[in-house]
Amino acid sequence: MSQPPALRVEGLHKSFGRLEVLRGIDLAVADHEVVCLIGASGSGKSTLLRCIDLLEPLDAGRVVVEGTEITAIGVRVDEVRRRIGIVFQAFNLFPHMRVLDNVTLAPRKVLRVRAPEAERRAMELLERFGLADKAREFPDRLSGGQQQRVAIVRALAMQPQLMLLDEITSALDPELVAEVLNVIRELAAAGMTMVIATHEMGFARDIANRVCFLDGGRILEEGPPEQLFGAPREERTRQFLQRIVEAGRL
Amino acid sequence: MSGDLAQGVPPLGDPLRGDRSSRLLGGGSGRSALRTNLIALGSAVVVFGALGLVIVNAPNWPAVQQAFFDGQVLADSLPELAQAFVVNIQLFLIAELLILPLALVVAVLRLLPGPAFFPARLFAVVYADLFRAVPGILVIALLGFGMPALGIPGIPSDPFIWGVIALVLLYSAYVSEVYRAGIQSVHPSQEAAARSLGLSRLQALRYVVIPQAVRRVIPPLLNDFIGLQKDTALVSVIGVVEVFRQAQIDEAATFNFTPYVGAALIFVVITVPLARFTDWLVARDRRRQLATAT
Repeated sequence: MSQPPALRVEGLHKSFGRLEVLRGIDLAVADHEVVCLIGASGSGKSTLLRCIDLLEPLDAGRVVVEGTEITAIGVRVDEVRRRIGIVFQAFNLFPHMRVLDNVTLAPRKVLRVRAPEAERRAMELLERFGLADKAREFPDRLSGGQQQRVAIVRALAMQPQLMLLDEITSALDPELVAEVLNVIRELAAAGMTMVIATHEMGFARDIANRVCFLDGGRILEEGPPEQLFGAPREERTRQFLQRIVEAGRL
Repeated sequence: MSGDLAQGVPPLGDPLRGDRSSRLLGGGSGRSALRTNLIALGSAVVVFGALGLVIVNAPNWPAVQQAFFDGQVLADSLPELAQAFVVNIQLFLIAELLILPLALVVAVLRLLPGPAFFPARLFAVVYADLFRAVPGILVIALLGFGMPALGIPGIPSDPFIWGVIALVLLYSAYVSEVYRAGIQSVHPSQEAAARSLGLSRLQALRYVVIPQAVRRVIPPLLNDFIGLQKDTALVSVIGVVEVFRQAQIDEAATFNFTPYVGAALIFVVITVPLARFTDWLVARDRRRQLATAT
């Protein structure tokens, strides 16, 4: 294995005021690997993803993407972020722009792709995810599932090497969850490297190469989904999964 | 500065009531609407009729009527006043075109992050505080009389130019605060989304945050411009012959105050439609927000 991992996180600490949210996270993700982060609300899943994308400054630790330490001093964060796609729980589409402009904004302004070319590529992506007929709509005319798929397309338009998905189905009505998860399945099948924070345990079991259970700002346990869901080693993992089963979510 | 502190305050009334009925008259719909409208109309006639009767029957009303409401004087002065009002419109339009971008620059300066931009932030804060603190008429007088008196070669002495500059400095301070409120009202997740795509902070501001902010602050901006429209009359103190100064000239010539009433009428005719338009925009925005919130 001479090739560096797609993502390596070492000793990541992050506090908000006196609340220490991440207490030393170590995580390595190989190319084409799909890692799911599970854990209770407040366990640090979202913060970890936001730190990897440098949307939150780290207190300590390093993040290395494709062999480049992006947390080093002097690294241009804008250049880092264009290689990492992130999709948020609340979609965060730009409400004043049509779908097509949402998708082409970054390619045009960051990568300096000319508008016709950017639009052609955006239409290809929208087509691929069944959104071509929504290209001229404003986001508020779309269902939640459609908005989230547009958000995914918007991130993909930058051709990222790594996708971070932050509970992307948590804000959706139950009947809209499947259409978004199917998009992620397709991305996984196409070999996209992904780190996915999720509450959808069935989905995590399906799609993940590896599942990490976060508890109290640490990765308490990790392993292949069969092992983590089938025979968890840690008591707290068992308790967490027990509550999920009782809620009928697994 | 008059009336510009009430920026964006929505009109009173039941926010959940639909837009079919007139809020001004307070009516509902159908037959009951007719009834409430009639009551509103009747009540208005009684109140304003009584008020009018009190004024008309005041002991000195005939003298006041002669001094302030002389039809002949009004008819004679109106053409001159209207002509002078063109100067007010020029002041207003030129100032407004300069205020819109300048105030945005000040607002952005104030929001720049990091220690390196401290001087920019300090400048923006001091500027906005200073020009909101000093009464407009003083700023106009100080600039209009003071700057040409310096005798610096190349500095204009035309009071019209200094009037425009004073209005721009005064109102940019207010408008920058309106912009700032608008920019801060855009949820941080919007900037995070833009930055996560690789846009720089300035690009995120320019393409994502500011376009949304400006849309939101259009009603309070219009409110400020109603104030600006009226404050063009202050420029008369440095000798610009605009409508108020013209009314003074006419008053001096006729020994009659009616030209002032004429000038006031012109302001009313121009400003009231803008005020109504602003209210309509505010109401429309609120309806939209209610519609998307459900």
